[in-house]
Amino acid sequence: MSFRVTVGKGSCGIAAGAGKLSDALAPLLEGTGIPLGTVGCIGMCWLEPIVDIYETGLLKARLVQVQPEQAPMIAQAVKTGDFSVIEPLRITKEDSAFLTQQTRIALRNCGIIDPESIDSALESGGYQALGKILSGGMSPEEVIECIKVSGLAGRGGAGYPTWSKWNAERQFAGEEKRLICNADEGDPGAFTDRAVIESDPHTLIEGMLIGAYAIGAQEAIVYVRAEYPLAIRRLEYAIREARQKGYIGSHIMGSSFSCEFRIRAGAGAFVCGGETALIESLQEKRGMPRLKPPFPAESDCRNKPSNINNVETFANVAWIINNGGEAFAAIGTEDSKGTKVFALTGKIRRGGLVEIPMGMTLRQVIFDLGGGIRDGGTFKAVQMGGPSGGCIPESLLDTIIDCKTLAAAGAVMGSGSMVVMDDSTCMVGMAKYFLDFTAKETCGKCVRCRIGTKHMQEILTRIVSGEGREGDIALLEELCNAVRDSALCVLGQTAPNPVRSTLRYFRDEFEAHIAEKRCPAHTCTGLLHYRIRPEKCRGCTACARNCPVYAISGVVKGPHEIDPSSCIRCGQCMASCKFGAVTVD
Amino acid sequence: MQCQCAANGSDLSLLEPVLAEYADIRGSLTTVLQHAQEIYGYLPYDVICHITEKTGLTPARVLGAATFYSQFRSQPTGKYLIMLCDGTACHVNGSARIAAAVQEYLHVENGGTTEDGLFSFSIVACLGCCSLSPVMTINEETYGALTPAKVLEILKDIRAKEAAK
Repeated sequence: MSFRVTVGKGSCGIAAGAGKLSDALAPLLEGTGIPLGTVGCIGMCWLEPIVDIYETGLLKARLVQVQPEQAPMIAQAVKTGDFSVIEPLRITKEDSAFLTQQTRIALRNCGIIDPESIDSALESGGYQALGKILSGGMSPEEVIECIKVSGLAGRGGAGYPTWSKWNAERQFAGEEKRLICNADEGDPGAFTDRAVIESDPHTLIEGMLIGAYAIGAQEAIVYVRAEYPLAIRRLEYAIREARQKGYIGSHIMGSSFSCEFRIRAGAGAFVCGGETALIESLQEKRGMPRLKPPFPAESDCRNKPSNINNVETFANVAWIINNGGEAFAAIGTEDSKGTKVFALTGKIRRGGLVEIPMGMTLRQVIFDLGGGIRDGGTFKAVQMGGPSGGCIPESLLDTIIDCKTLAAAGAVMGSGSMVVMDDSTCMVGMAKYFLDFTAKETCGKCVRCRIGTKHMQEILTRIVSGEGREGDIALLEELCNAVRDSALCVLGQTAPNPVRSTLRYFRDEFEAHIAEKRCPAHTCTGLLHYRIRPEKCRGCTACARNCPVYAISGVVKGPHEIDPSSCIRCGQCMASCKFGAVTVD
Repeated sequence: MQCQCAANGSDLSLLEPVLAEYADIRGSLTTVLQHAQEIYGYLPYDVICHITEKTGLTPARVLGAATFYSQFRSQPTGKYLIMLCDGTACHVNGSARIAAAVQEYLHVENGGTTEDGLFSFSIVACLGCCSLSPVMTINEETYGALTPAKVLEILKDIRAKEAAK
C-alpha cells in the first residue's frame, strides 16, 4: 500500500476550513511515510473541505465536508488500509456526477496537482508543449496556425479569435513587444481565473510562453486583481520555480527564445478589465480607457505594442498544442469551439466551477450539473456575464451555450459567471444592483457613461422605493440606447445590458413596481405591506415585543394590528410569529 | 516639490527599502503605493508627498492614482477590517441582511470605523468565494455561509477577546 493524502486548498477550501484540517492531519501522518499534499480547487465548492486519498496514483476515496475533528479517522484509515471508518465521509454518487459530466481542458489539472510544486506540474505533462515547440517542432507561424485550426476564441468576454490577435501582433515589426494576461477578474460573481491561477499556475505560464513565442514578445505580464492574494502568492512562487528550471528567462530550454515574466497587482478598478484602461494602469496612471485605434497591438508614441488575452484562454493553449487544433475544434458547436468554464453560484444546490463543452444547454448545466434550485425554490432566471451581461428566463432554459445563441437571447458568455436566481429574487432589484455597481465603477472620463449610468441608477432606485413614475420604463430604454451607442469603452457600452435584458423578460415586474407599487418577489422593502390576520393571531404579543418601533398594538390574547404609518418593514414580526399570522404583500 | 502639507508624523524611513527597489522603475507607482499601504495601513498625506519627491512624479500623478483605485485608503482603519462581499452571488443570497446586522451591532456606516477604533466596515465587490456566499473577511480570515446570527457571534467573540487583553 502506498497512499497519498491531499487536501484541496483553494481560497474557497481555505475559507471552509481546509487550513485547519490540514494542520490537524499533518502531525497524525508524520513519520508514517504517507505524504500529505496540497492541491488547488477541484471546483466542487459546496463540498469543501475536500480530502482525496490516492493509492499508487489512483484516486481511492474522495471525502467531503471534512472537519478537523475527523482527521484521526482519516489517519487511521490510511495507516490500516481499512476504509470502513471513513465511508460516511465519502462523496455520494450523485455529487460525483458533477465532475463526470464535465469536459475539463482549462481545468484539467485543477484539484489534482500541487500548485506549489513544479515537479507536480511536470509529472502531469507541464511544459511538454513548450518543449515540443522550442526543440524546433513548430515555428511561430505554425503555432498560430494550430490555434487557428482549434477555433479558440478569447474567454474574457469578447470572444475574439485568439489566432487573429496573435497574428496581428506578429505582423508588427517592433522589437519590444509584450504579452499581457488579463487576470483582473472584476465581474462580481466570477472566480474562474482565480481558481486556475491558484490551482494550476504552470499551465497559465506555459500558455503565456507559447503565446509570447508566437507573437515574438520578450516580456510577459500578468495583471492580477489585488483582491486575490493567494493567487498572486502561488503565481509568484511558480514563476520563481519555472525560472530556476530554465522555463523563464533567457534562452529558454536551450533555444534562442527568451522571455521575462512579472506580475502586476491591480488595485481595484473594474474598468481596468478593458484593454486600453489596463494598459494605462500599467503605466502608473489612472486606469481610464482611451479611444481605439491605435489598438493595443499597434505601437504608439507612448506604449509598446501589447497583446492581451485572458487567463482561461491561455490555460487552453498547451493542451491544444499537445493534442492538435483539430481535437479542440471537435468539441463544441459550429460557432464556438472547445469548452468554457463557468462559475455556477447563487440559489443553486451544487455551486462551484464547471467546465463544459460549448453547445450544452443552460438547463443541463443548472439542473443536471448544478442539481437545480436549493432550499426548494423555483427557478426564475440565470444571470450571465455580470454587469456586462443579461439574464435568461425559465422559458429559454433550453438555449445552448455558444456565443451567438447567447447573444441573441440577450446574455453573454462573458467572464463565465452564472448566477442562478429563484422566485425570491426581485429582477428590478437585480437591475438596480448592477447599475449601482457600474455607476460606482465608471471612471468618469466620458459623459454618457458617467451621467447616463447615474441617471439609470436614480430611476431604478425610485422604482424599487415605490416612487416609480409613469414613463420611467420608456426613459430607461432611451438611456440604455444612448449609453450603449456612445460610451467610450466596453464598460459603458455594456452597462445597460442588465437593464435591457430584465426589461425584455420581466417587464411585468417593472410595471408592478411602478403602477401597483408592489414587488412580486417581496424583497423591495419600500413596497412591502405587513399585515396580521386576525383569525390566526392568538394574541401572544411576541410580534409587539419584537417590533423595534412599537408599531404593533393589541391586548394579550386579543388580535394585534400593525400601524402601517410607523412600520419600518423590518420583518421582525413575521420572524417572531409562531402561528403564521403575519403576512406580507 | 516642497511639500506644504501638515505632516502626519509618519515614519518615512519605513518606506526606504520600497523606494530603493522601485523608485527608478517606470510603471511601478501602483506597486509602491500598495507597499506603502501595507506598511502604514493607509496612505497618509505626508507619505504621498514623500513618494512624489522620491519618484520625481508629479503630485497630480501620484494623488491621481491614489484616489482612483478603490484599494487605496486615505484614512486609517480599525484593528479589524471587515470586508463584506456584495458580489452578485452574495447579493442574491442575502448580503444585505448581513450588512444590516453588522451595522446595527457595531453602529458603523459602510466605509466607517467604530469609535473605539476596533472595527472598520467596508462593503466590497466580489471576494471570489461565491460558492460560500454570503462571505466576509476580517483581516486575513474568511467567513462563509453567513447568517445574521453567525456574524454577531463572530463579532462578539472578537470583542470579548479584545476586552480580555
